[in-house]
Amino acid sequence: MEYEAVIGLEVHAQLLTDSKAFCSCTTRFGAEPNSNTCPICQGMPGTLPVLNRKALEYTVRMALACNCTINEISRFARKNYYYPDLPKNYQISQYELPVSEHGWVEIETAEGVRRIGLTRIHMEEDAGKLIHDEDRPVSYVDLNRTGVPLIEIVSEPEIRTPEEAAEYLRSLRAILVYLDVCDGNMQEGSFRCDANVSLRPVGQKTLGVKTEVKNMNSFRNVQRALQYEIDRQTEALRNGERIVQDTRLFDPATGMTASMRSKEQAHDYRYFPDPDLLPLRVDPELVERLGRDLPELPAEKKRRFVEQFGIPPYDAAVLTASRELAAYFERTLELFPKPKTVSNWIMTELMRQLKGEESGLASCAVQPDQLAALLKLIDEGTISGKIAKTVFEEMCATGGDPSEIINQKGLVQISDSEELSALVRKVLEDNRGEVEKYLAGKDKIFGFFVGQVMKATKGKANPQLVNDLLVQELKARSKP
Amino acid sequence: MSELYEKTAAELGELLRTKQVTSVEVTRSVLARIEATEARLHSFVTLTPELALEMATEADRRIAAGNIGPLTGIPIAIKDNMCAKGQRASCGSRILANFIAPYDATVVSRIGEAGMVILGMANMDEFAMGSSTETSHWGPTRNPWHLDMIPGGSSGGSAASVAAGEAVVSLGSDTGGSIRRPASFCSVTGIKPTYGSVSRYGLVAYASSLDQIGPIARDATDLALMLNLICGHDPMDSTSVPIEHPDFTTFLTKPIAGMTLGLPREFYSHLDDPDVSRVMTDARKVFEGLGVSFVELSLPHLDYGIAAYYIIAPSEASSNLARYDGVKYGHRAESFDGMIDMYCRTRAEGFGAEVKRRIMLGTYALSSGYYDAYYLKAAKIRTLITEDFKSAFQTCDAILCPVAPTPPFKIGEKIDDPIQMYLTDVFTIPVNMAGLPGMSIPGGFSTTGLPVGLQLIAPHFAESRLVQLASAFQAETDHHLKRPVL
Repeated sequence: MEYEAVIGLEVHAQLLTDSKAFCSCTTRFGAEPNSNTCPICQGMPGTLPVLNRKALEYTVRMALACNCTINEISRFARKNYYYPDLPKNYQISQYELPVSEHGWVEIETAEGVRRIGLTRIHMEEDAGKLIHDEDRPVSYVDLNRTGVPLIEIVSEPEIRTPEEAAEYLRSLRAILVYLDVCDGNMQEGSFRCDANVSLRPVGQKTLGVKTEVKNMNSFRNVQRALQYEIDRQTEALRNGERIVQDTRLFDPATGMTASMRSKEQAHDYRYFPDPDLLPLRVDPELVERLGRDLPELPAEKKRRFVEQFGIPPYDAAVLTASRELAAYFERTLELFPKPKTVSNWIMTELMRQLKGEESGLASCAVQPDQLAALLKLIDEGTISGKIAKTVFEEMCATGGDPSEIINQKGLVQISDSEELSALVRKVLEDNRGEVEKYLAGKDKIFGFFVGQVMKATKGKANPQLVNDLLVQELKARSKP
Repeated sequence: MSELYEKTAAELGELLRTKQVTSVEVTRSVLARIEATEARLHSFVTLTPELALEMATEADRRIAAGNIGPLTGIPIAIKDNMCAKGQRASCGSRILANFIAPYDATVVSRIGEAGMVILGMANMDEFAMGSSTETSHWGPTRNPWHLDMIPGGSSGGSAASVAAGEAVVSLGSDTGGSIRRPASFCSVTGIKPTYGSVSRYGLVAYASSLDQIGPIARDATDLALMLNLICGHDPMDSTSVPIEHPDFTTFLTKPIAGMTLGLPREFYSHLDDPDVSRVMTDARKVFEGLGVSFVELSLPHLDYGIAAYYIIAPSEASSNLARYDGVKYGHRAESFDGMIDMYCRTRAEGFGAEVKRRIMLGTYALSSGYYDAYYLKAAKIRTLITEDFKSAFQTCDAILCPVAPTPPFKIGEKIDDPIQMYLTDVFTIPVNMAGLPGMSIPGGFSTTGLPVGLQLIAPHFAESRLVQLASAFQAETDHHLKRPVL
């Protein structure tokens, strides 16, 4: 029997607010353990939470960007469970009435653009961290992260493949980063994902028994874990076994998932409305203002790049992966209006320099005006594209101006046809054997001649001119 | 001339203002009284006489500099569930027996700013769960009027200390009657303000949607002074209501003629104690003499109040008390095998029987599959009770009813029968459920000389009307002037 996978994802994103969700402690990362804490986030007796309005605004921005409905009235609820990293032994979250519901995001699939529905986006607070002593049976608690605002983004079970899941996560992450509400860092845990996976026979409407997979800290691991889980469930079903509902941990080392707790062992969180926080009213005027102020989002920007600049959808997708990169592209285009050339340079040379880290863009020595200047020099024939790559590397390393680098290093292109003609003739004289073969019909040797000329000029010869001259000279040598 | 400890805050304020006494003298008088009576009463969990004298000295300095407020230099007792930086706040529990608060509750800050003198932390039922102060880890407080009797609870120490002259005024907290019941049983005046009138920041939570801090004093005047100090919006408490409170002292001399008091049938049909019935009848006569008229009315859902309360309060408590796990502060079991065992032993050792009972009740009520049947239904009943009061207040200005169905009972009498103990709260719980202000004022004494209070309930944020009624009543009666002989 053929099965199809049904995947739903729960994403937790840390909001980039300056202070915590319910107290005024800083959210800064990397401080001394327990230094960013106060009686409130330490869960001291008698303390009370007061909502950080900035966290609410960030949540509403994300919800609007994901086409969600904002509930004018929502409620905070307590999720009760015992763990030492949770000082109150309950987490303030939202349950029955989340701040937003019923949204969707677009993803690219092999069959084109598809919408993945969002069940809800709600607010909650993060827990702290446990640090386990390696030598003694002792654990330490660091509450610096306790109370940092999170949003939980819950998708509908509409994702069908691990690739779609990764694509969905990329879309969400791009939107979060565009909005400046989350840094999207999966390794540091500011963007985390759990997955619910089940299988059902193709064509069946009802859902199969699901398992929940945790501990996937990269896009690649999400794909690996989901593929493993789908394969595992498929095999089990084909063998006539039943899927057991459980929570499973992914092990990146083995690429497998293992059961962590069964349905029977699942926590009963005993959710109930948090009596310390009044029902949350989101002012429709605020929603309207935040909606008006939303920046152009990745999907829109991508569409516009394709339409306005005529670049391929693939290029547009790469260039709009971050707002900074897209801005870099557009700024360069203003100074050098050849979209495909600019796109190629950004996607290959610039990205290579950044080693895929778009965050390095701001500190990159080559800013749009310098890139445009370099591209102009190629366009004007001052240097060849090949030489330009060397110049670009130099620019990145030293921050130097392209013209200066070219002058200093004597990289200006040789476009003097007399000088080049002499050189071409010399190359042909020195390689008579090859000329014979060429004239006998071995056209491929043409590239060899070009290479020889380039070698003699250390790559500075104008390639087009070399081509023309070679064709001319060889023609002259051909037998009538 | 009476001793300083016997005087009200208003009287002492006048003496301090006119420099006839100093705060140190007042504080010494109260401390001497504590010295003389505390061994018999046990009103306090923690006494801090040195700190009190320091605060008194500071108050005298303020007064000398002309910076005197109405309560500057007045000694106050604080219930053991409020945080004062550097002081132990044990909540009457073993699990917090070593807990030193690292910050000031908002009410404590206000007391400090007013220049009041904190005597110590008053005894209470463990985590305010109880009606008699018998569930305290530190042992019961005794009723100053009769040492074999309970003082009422859970703010038993707060009420007993004021009644006995061990404090001039005190702060209590009231979740289901915990200020009004001990005020009634000790013959002092106490008010539970409207939910949201007084900040809960720094009040260790029992049931957050019901808890409210309020003052206990010897008369309406002192109560008004305390309300002026502690009522007001606090941005640290999201449930604190941002409204302007009036100067409550301006209501002390306002006549009450023309007011209508409501008499809910359901309250009076429960009354079978002859002493309480007589006190209520006497009170009616006094109010009648002051030009007040009466209207009988019905609060049809009142009978469900206790049942609903014992779902909502334990549910919230089961979550509020989850943080006492031995990880961060408070008691931790000495020996254990792993984390879960540490939790279990710590909590088994740290909590008393009544607290455990309510944690289990609440945990059960919130469990998946039971939530709708218990918590949600209780929440609906709560709404119905609130609606009942709302329509009642269409026909009356305030409600007059008993505080408790009986005068104080014997220590040990009901402690092993939780249902009987819970029923003590039948007249006070609905007020918390509806978030209304409720006051207990001395109404007289039983034939055996035990105090009986009467309860006045007003619409939301009409504390001033309660002050007005209580003050007028006390101008006509002398129950509140009687002091226990110790």
